Amino acid sequence: MSAALTRVLLTVIAFLAIITLVFLLLRLAPGGPFDGERRLPPDIEANLRAAYHLNEPLPQQYLRYLSALARGDLGPSFRQKDFTVNELVARGLPVSLALGSGALVVALLLGLPLGLVAGMQPGTRLDRGLMGVAGLGIALPAIILGPVAVLVFAVKLDWLPAAGSDSAAHFVLPIVTLALPWVTAIARVLRTSTAETLSLPHIRTAYGKGLPTRRIVLSHVLPLALVPVIAFLGPATAGLLTGSVVVEQVFELPGIGRYFVQAALNRDYTLVMGVTIVYASLLLICNLLADLIVLWLDPRARARVKTRVTTPT
Amino acid sequence: MDTLTRIAAGLLLGVFVFTVAAPLISPWDADHIDWSAIETPPSSTHWFGTDLVGRDLLTRCALAGQTSLTIALTATTLSALNGLFWGAVAGYVGGRADLVMMRIVDVLYGLPFILVVILLVVVFGQNPFLLFAGLGAIFWLDLARIVRAQTLQMRSAAFIDAARLAGASGFWIVRRHVLRNVAGPALAWTTLTLPGVILAESFVSFLGLGVQEPATSWGILIADGVPSIESAPWTLLFPAGLLAISVWSVGIVGDHLRDHLDPLHRSVTQGPGLRHARETQPPKQGNGS
Repeated sequence: MSAALTRVLLTVIAFLAIITLVFLLLRLAPGGPFDGERRLPPDIEANLRAAYHLNEPLPQQYLRYLSALARGDLGPSFRQKDFTVNELVARGLPVSLALGSGALVVALLLGLPLGLVAGMQPGTRLDRGLMGVAGLGIALPAIILGPVAVLVFAVKLDWLPAAGSDSAAHFVLPIVTLALPWVTAIARVLRTSTAETLSLPHIRTAYGKGLPTRRIVLSHVLPLALVPVIAFLGPATAGLLTGSVVVEQVFELPGIGRYFVQAALNRDYTLVMGVTIVYASLLLICNLLADLIVLWLDPRARARVKTRVTTPT
Repeated sequence: MDTLTRIAAGLLLGVFVFTVAAPLISPWDADHIDWSAIETPPSSTHWFGTDLVGRDLLTRCALAGQTSLTIALTATTLSALNGLFWGAVAGYVGGRADLVMMRIVDVLYGLPFILVVILLVVVFGQNPFLLFAGLGAIFWLDLARIVRAQTLQMRSAAFIDAARLAGASGFWIVRRHVLRNVAGPALAWTTLTLPGVILAESFVSFLGLGVQEPATSWGILIADGVPSIESAPWTLLFPAGLLAISVWSVGIVGDHLRDHLDPLHRSVTQGPGLRHARETQPPKQGNGS
């Protein structure tokens, strides 16, 4: 079986596994969704359970959920009675996508030059200085950087709005906050791969035949050195998703991360499940794309195990 | 040990001593409300100032640190044991078992931790043991891969063959020979997962889904400090600073351990670089034996 087909198959299996796991977890949870402060009369509760098909046997509920999912229907929200999960996701997803993709672009724009410059001269003072500064990105997670950025840029300097999502300016602080740890991570990956690529014989050959440095970097070093960075974009997407949940909370952005946390706090089972599935599919698609691009770019990857990378959270 | 690692190790020790000793020495109780000092800035009576309801921030920061670090250490230990076992078995048994076990790791690798922990919280309610379990269930993946790679290398070593010929069981060989030999790299990589675990706990607690009042952790103190960021910035800055220092210094110490204990990790502290590639003479041709 070709490597690409294996990846696609694994992704499908992973997706089904996630759906099944989430479904079982939430159905087997102690305490029903209608256990509020007030005890509902038994017949009303029975009616409610019937309305949400909770009185059916488990396999039937599972099949019902799967077939609804196949039609792209995530069901009604248990708590917000007038909304379906689809409506809530449709409302939050654009905000979350803008935040996440913005952060990815910023992380690449800052991380790639940093990593390249440091990797060209490993061990020098420039390299250690750059990577030392970049290392701070890991120690300043969103829950610290976010509030501090608000304090400095919104409260003291009054340059940018502190919270909300009314204009593009509202997204500047959240995007930078979310991107910073990933600037460091991307810079580290590119630095290592650049330094390793430089020690390969064909680079020396390129110098030997008198190519200018710029040409060597652009057409011989970067194409090789960028492969691990692309492979890293899969885990990076996972991290950006995780981070966006926190960043949306800090900056009060109405994305799906906020719905997710609220739903978790008031045990809105269907909403939690819906958002988990949206997150999981985004993530699996990004992972799959990164894997496929690497396979396409680098024939060696077909025979090799994934490179090890450490990911910040 | 270079200067950076020394500074980091010193800071780490400092944070550790602070969290353990401060509550013992401090004249203030973590829950004691000082009515004469509500939301006061740092002073000689309250070195870190007081919070919104007049509790001593220094004592609370130290207690929160105890919680945060205990959870992080416990969860990391759990995940290390898990990763060691999984990686050693996959690497030693090999074949189809290895393939399946590592595919499982690949699949889990794509899951963002926060979803898993939040799901657990939704299902089982807020319970600190869930944090251990949830975090421990996620952070073993890197270690499993590393231990497997080391074990694979070791499997064909002469001393393993000797043990097998002497009649040792697979379990004995894994426990006695494989695990002991991967202990060094495993320790290094476990240290490197620690910052992630500390941050994960603080994220979840920050969202209100982790540690619950009256217990406290750095994530909770930061969440409490955010609303009063204008009127009382110290309530945010002290716990945030402690968290940042811990995460940063554990990361630096972990890098150092990895460079020295993991033979398979190629750390590029000194590569050929551009100038070297430009100036090195090509190897001479035709004088091989």
